[in-house]
Amino acid sequence: MLTDLEFSKLRWRCRRGFLENDIILTRLLDRRGANFTAEEHEQLLALISLDDNDLWEIIAGRSDDFPQGCNGMVETLRQTRVNH
Amino acid sequence: MALSVHKYDAVVVGAGGAGMRCSLQLARAGLRVAVLSKVFPTRSHTVAAQGGIGASLGNMDEDNWHYHFYDTVKGSDWLGDQDAIEFMCREAPKVVYELEHMGMPFDRNPDGTIYQRPFGGHSAKYGEKPVPRACAAADRTGHAMLHTLYQQNVKSNTTFFVEWMALDIIRDAEGDVVGVTALEMETGEVSIFHAKCVLFATGGAGRIFAASTNAFINTGDGLGMAARAGIPLEDMEFWQFHPTGVHNAGVLLTEGCRGEGAILRNKDGERFMERYAPKLKDLAPRDFVSRCMDQEIKEGRGCGPNGDYIALDLTHLGGETIMKRLPSVHEIGKNFANVDVIKEPIPVVPTIHYQMGGIPTNIHGQVVVPRNGNPNTVVNGFYAIGECSCVSVHGANRLGTNSLLDLLVFGRAAGNHLIETALASKAHKPLPANAADYSLARIAKLDQSNSGEYPQDVANDLRRAMQTHAGVFRTQKSMDEGVVKVLAIAERAASLSLKDKSKVFNTARIEALEVANLMEAAKATMVSAAARKESRGAHTVDDYGDTPEHPLGRNDEVWMKHTLWYSEGNRLDYKPVQTKPLTVDTVPLAKRTF
Repeated sequence: MLTDLEFSKLRWRCRRGFLENDIILTRLLDRRGANFTAEEHEQLLALISLDDNDLWEIIAGRSDDFPQGCNGMVETLRQTRVNH
Repeated sequence: MALSVHKYDAVVVGAGGAGMRCSLQLARAGLRVAVLSKVFPTRSHTVAAQGGIGASLGNMDEDNWHYHFYDTVKGSDWLGDQDAIEFMCREAPKVVYELEHMGMPFDRNPDGTIYQRPFGGHSAKYGEKPVPRACAAADRTGHAMLHTLYQQNVKSNTTFFVEWMALDIIRDAEGDVVGVTALEMETGEVSIFHAKCVLFATGGAGRIFAASTNAFINTGDGLGMAARAGIPLEDMEFWQFHPTGVHNAGVLLTEGCRGEGAILRNKDGERFMERYAPKLKDLAPRDFVSRCMDQEIKEGRGCGPNGDYIALDLTHLGGETIMKRLPSVHEIGKNFANVDVIKEPIPVVPTIHYQMGGIPTNIHGQVVVPRNGNPNTVVNGFYAIGECSCVSVHGANRLGTNSLLDLLVFGRAAGNHLIETALASKAHKPLPANAADYSLARIAKLDQSNSGEYPQDVANDLRRAMQTHAGVFRTQKSMDEGVVKVLAIAERAASLSLKDKSKVFNTARIEALEVANLMEAAKATMVSAAARKESRGAHTVDDYGDTPEHPLGRNDEVWMKHTLWYSEGNRLDYKPVQTKPLTVDTVPLAKRTF
């Protein structure tokens, strides 16, 4: 479970340059709230530090070029993408 | 407690293409430059631009800036200022080659020259035939541009303040701009940026509409700050729509869908475009299709439980064609509409895409306002560039690929103007004693709030109202009603409440500050739209249709003028369109047909 501060920071950093990423990341945060493990949090931070186009390619499943150890969160984001 | 004061030669607010092109010019000249950004620079909305940069390089076919100039004036429906348009089109090849030399990875022809792709509205020989004019880096032109500019800025020692939100402009007793106040998200503290000049490059306000292709960060912060500081906003009634944004998401479906044969249907399954455009049908121009879709919805033939969208049907194309030619559409259907477009139609609505109006400027990027009979008096120390500005090169309707060009040309021009006017040797004007009082009072009011509505509830009501009353299909009655509604929402926005009163990374507080900016942009749009009693470019009003006196509803005798909206007193003023270019003959008025 994230602290209020961690969650606020995460929510702000999920503000992106293009809409597709905004929507999927917001969908994830709205569903999960602050309920992320420390490991998930770390993975998500690593992924959102990527450029928008690269991040979207990963979320869309067209690229597996993501930081090592992020497999779990990549799968979560891909599931979030397809499950409305 | 004394506030921190950061002192720079120039402060640029916004780190998209315009802001970083300008800061680069200044930093390379040895000036001390600070760039403030709500998000990391390469995550600015410029990253979403795919199409390209318009420039008459003539690499694929005969082309020159005169043709580009003509296309842009015509595209603007003669509301664009022809001096600014000439300047932009003449500078275009130069800014593209400069970017190339900085390392921008443009697509290439086999002979090594920059590849150029065709784009709607670009022609050779004054409308005679299409010409490829868009310089692109695959479908990542904006991304490549941001990276190139960011790297060059870092190399040139530009100082970035990331996750800082500018709050208000600081003007002295003479009305000159001497700095901005800004909030550091990490600490929640307000600081003063004291500068010899302030440049706004804050992007558009596309989030004032419910259906928008814009990222969530596009909240019109520069427009809000300018309006609160007494600067008028120009031509805010003109917004470009895209016909096929996914309902409730905004994500764009490429025009290629309709090119491949996709059909727009109403709730009865009718291919309604046959009624509106018997020849072109679903392939009629973007703005026309958008208005027809909106009319179907407004007349009760929209699809879905609320009758609020149109169905884009690709099912007859077959799975193989869709997967081969339109794979991204299949993907978007799955991800954002929960629809398999091979099996069922996808819900779409006309979606806001680009803001043509903004903070009025001249071709040097200097902000200009009417004063003592001169409609274009310079506000000392204040510049605006990119989508937040109105120079005005887009007039009533923007030509594709001219947005990235606008960023580059006027970002560079503003930088050059400051260098040429010897900014480095000028002294800072003193800060007024009450420099931050206004911003601190705004924040204190939020922090002390214990009743009132939450920012997002008010923002959502505003977006719905704007969509209904200032959308693509406009009637005088609906716009007049919209003015009343938006002003009522503005009253509610004046007393927002925060659940969380903490200082550090308080995103609710940031969102409340953004709502204040959205409100200014929305009021400017709604009031300006209701006042313009004609149809021109993107502002098409059902009441002002095609007549022999006013073809396509355009009334040049009365309305060929720029709107200026002032926040104080919610009043309007107007100024003439500059019809005289810098060196060539005026493009004479004509009916805008294709």
